[in-house]
Amino acid sequence: MSEITITIDNQEIKTKEGEYILNAARANGIFIPAICYLTRCSPTLACRLCLVEADGKQVYACNAKSKEGMQVTTSTQNIESEKRSIMEVYNVNHPLQCGVCDQSGECELQNYTLEVEVDSQNYAVPDVERKVLDWGHIHYDPALCIVCERCSTVCKDMIGDNSLKTVPRGSEGFNTDYKESMPKDAYAMWNKLNKSIIGLTSGEQMLDCTACGECSAVCPVGALTSTDFMYKTNAWEQKQIPATCSHCSAGCQIQYDVKHTDIENSDDKIYGVKNEWNYVSLCGAGRYGYDFENAGVSKDESAFNSAIEAFKKADTIKFNSIITNEEALILQRLKKKFGYKLINEEARSYGNFLNEYKKISGTSLYSGDLNTIRDSNFVVSVGTIIKSDNPNARFAFNNSMTMNKGAGLYFHPVADPVVSAMSKNMKAITHAPLQEEVVLYLILDLFANKEELPKEIVDYLATFHSTKTITVSETIKEQVIEMVVDAESGEEKEVKKMVPKKVSKEVEVDDNRLVEILKIDAFDEFMEKQLKKKDTFSLIVGEDFYTHPNSRNLARLVALIEKYSDFSVTIIPPRSNSLGVSLICDLDSEAGAYAVGYNEVADFTLCALGEGDLDMPAFNQQEGTLTSINKRVNPTNAALSYGGYTLNDLASALGVESDLTIDYTSQLPTAGGFKSTAFDDLSDHFTNAGEEVRGYALNVKKNKTSNESVEPFNEDEALAGELIYYANPVKNFSKFSQKAHQLNAKGGVFVSVARLESLGLKEGDRVTVETSTSKLTTSLYVDNQIDGDIAYLPNFDTKLNSEVLFNGYRFNNALIAKVI
Amino acid sequence: MSVENNRNVGQQDYYMVDIEDYPESNWDQFKQVVKRTFSTELFVGLWVVLREMLKFNIHTVKYPEEKLPLGPRYRAIHEMLRLMESGTERCIGCGLCEKICISDCIRMETKIDENSRKEVSEYSINFGRCIFCGYCAEVCPELAIVHGGRYENVSEQRAHYSMFDDLLTPMDTFKAGQQKEFPGFGAIIPGSDESVKKTPLAY
Repeated sequence: MSEITITIDNQEIKTKEGEYILNAARANGIFIPAICYLTRCSPTLACRLCLVEADGKQVYACNAKSKEGMQVTTSTQNIESEKRSIMEVYNVNHPLQCGVCDQSGECELQNYTLEVEVDSQNYAVPDVERKVLDWGHIHYDPALCIVCERCSTVCKDMIGDNSLKTVPRGSEGFNTDYKESMPKDAYAMWNKLNKSIIGLTSGEQMLDCTACGECSAVCPVGALTSTDFMYKTNAWEQKQIPATCSHCSAGCQIQYDVKHTDIENSDDKIYGVKNEWNYVSLCGAGRYGYDFENAGVSKDESAFNSAIEAFKKADTIKFNSIITNEEALILQRLKKKFGYKLINEEARSYGNFLNEYKKISGTSLYSGDLNTIRDSNFVVSVGTIIKSDNPNARFAFNNSMTMNKGAGLYFHPVADPVVSAMSKNMKAITHAPLQEEVVLYLILDLFANKEELPKEIVDYLATFHSTKTITVSETIKEQVIEMVVDAESGEEKEVKKMVPKKVSKEVEVDDNRLVEILKIDAFDEFMEKQLKKKDTFSLIVGEDFYTHPNSRNLARLVALIEKYSDFSVTIIPPRSNSLGVSLICDLDSEAGAYAVGYNEVADFTLCALGEGDLDMPAFNQQEGTLTSINKRVNPTNAALSYGGYTLNDLASALGVESDLTIDYTSQLPTAGGFKSTAFDDLSDHFTNAGEEVRGYALNVKKNKTSNESVEPFNEDEALAGELIYYANPVKNFSKFSQKAHQLNAKGGVFVSVARLESLGLKEGDRVTVETSTSKLTTSLYVDNQIDGDIAYLPNFDTKLNSEVLFNGYRFNNALIAKVI
Repeated sequence: MSVENNRNVGQQDYYMVDIEDYPESNWDQFKQVVKRTFSTELFVGLWVVLREMLKFNIHTVKYPEEKLPLGPRYRAIHEMLRLMESGTERCIGCGLCEKICISDCIRMETKIDENSRKEVSEYSINFGRCIFCGYCAEVCPELAIVHGGRYENVSEQRAHYSMFDDLLTPMDTFKAGQQKEFPGFGAIIPGSDESVKKTPLAY
């Protein structure tokens, strides 16, 4: 899109052709009031407050696109009277108990009422009874609702759950005299407002969704609130601590709302999480999983001394990727000095995957990120249960389909009704585990530039093609001549008529055996329809690939797709900071005899969950940086105080000395793409134009490429039979999210409703899960957000050691039987 | 209108006190000292006391048996009032008093009650810190927290607290009709009704 100049209120601004006037104005610091519009979502035209005059015509700034030389005026007499009436209408029957509203002054209704200077009311309508509704984790008070539809818009356009919609309010019409006396837009807006209210898309009692709570975040008034937060505290009492969410690799910017604990205890407590919902959308774990701090820890000197002893004795450090870049660097320095083996399997497999990938792609990191996914119009996701592995990748996937008229393919063995329901233009394909290579070959076959692609691969792909003759039926119009008797004259007349007729004919079509292997029905028709007008492509690959037995080959295939097609590739880091850890640490594959574990169970355990031999600070008690899926280094701050020892204290006592953990921020390895910027110089905000000014982006380096050979796939490898999968349910990522009081759940084996029936068991039954590697006894739970027969076992529960059931790869054959 | 409610400045019987000019030069100061030393001003004072004593015209307030009436704006220990109609507490837990308190001596906790209403679960005022500025009473939208007349605050420790229940009008006092409407800080100004713009209702 080309850059153009438009004039708003005599101020010349530069913007992109086709950008909404409202966004152009906002990006340049010009204020146009708007309640219902959400950046990154489609305009709903519910509030009509953003009225402006563009080239002499009154338009809505939120859906009018900029054109070169456009003259925009934000205020005319008519616009002002419309705004005044709209704000008066919003206040009709709105309760005046602002003192007990959870919005506690952070209310857009209040703000705009004051902005428009409403000091009297001219309109009235009888109200209908609007009962308070408890939808589980979300509390809805329709009396406060102004039906701006931001909640349903964000749920549909951003999140993809589509759980909220407007439903009839059941009110009577109002005084028709208003039609004459009121400004036109205000009347139309009121007419719509008075008829509708927000309701559930399915069911009547509970919100059936992935529980992200984004609807309550975007609510401009106090109508939608978190049930848990209800009446706990006022917004103005809380201090905002900017941080980065540590639950997954999306690295979302969040703000912890902090206030003293109670009237007796002045220590800070986190009451909730806020997000810049115009630019960041949170999942349920980010929003509700905030109170995982390691509380009440003091400096236990004897435990510290035994930790030093343990470090002296140890030859191995086990850790996971829920760790800051700085701490990862401390571990790397310890390795350098004392020769520890660093064990972190999930970061190692991810790092290996990236290393293999860059051998062909020629760049140190993948090209895509969540923003390129959001901006593309054809997205393919392979090898990840996207809604729980990285919810923001799902939001971006969904957003690309809703906002860019996009389409997509979702390949995964576990059928996912939530993802399938995101769009009609998406095809969810369940294939057998260990067939991920077939999927990648199919993408290469469909999208790669065959002229540049290495010849062996082109030849290999050609072996799957054959022509076959199929019978298609099509409808043609045929002319028939009928004799009709004219009713008046009684004469017979010949009338020519066109009648549709079904004919079947035989055509020769290309038959792609790759499609057949993956058992995709109606694939050609889908692709023919959906690939029209598509020009930006994104591929998301995930955790299934890194532990895949043919992981190396998959990485090379992904790199080939990146190199020889229009796809930009995003490789989801499996845990919060796997990308950072894989760039900072030299990880080992074999553990030694005596291990110190950092948040991992070992011979001596340092633990932020309060369960180990020496306490460590949890993520909301530390400052540092995290490397996100967007290849950015994002700063996070300590929301709560911590009285115990940190990893830096241990390292300093061992001779790797530094005053503060964040002193390491500027020392992060530039070879890995990090910059030598000090922690305090990292900014953390979004501009009005939506530009992310958070930390810095990693330098992506070019490197030499080697040969581009890939292995053919083995069709017979596909896993069949009863299967289990290693994944977490939506909202829970780790032991840390599980520790949060709102996300506290028990781990077990999760099955779909259909599988539960076929097993003939009840929810809560004790079952044994037996695989070739081990056997576990646990409880059976139902997850209505998966379909099909594959059960999954999570790793968020410390009491459930589900990884023993797996042999690296996330899928395994398993027998589930009831304990008798 | 009782004396203490007469807020109209200028209607009281004021008079100017005749005060001598301050001496300016050293010589004037010297003259003043000599004059005061050798005049009988001391005896004038003693005479006034003797005269009034003999006339039994005594103005001394015999505290604590006798207490002076307090002005309507007097700000002593806070009280929490009940609704005149139902007797339930007026406080809605909005938290404005906690926010506005400039000496940061009010702290409260709220929660949702069984009727889905906001309820104050804990409330305390630290009277060791309170400066009795009256902002809390002024900001209170419900006229729930007001200043009472209890100014005797003897305590064993410097920081002494009052909890919500201590401040709330006791039920028996309330039932006896002894809860008084507060006329001071934050009270509705007489004649406010006239300045309110009416909102139309469609019922």
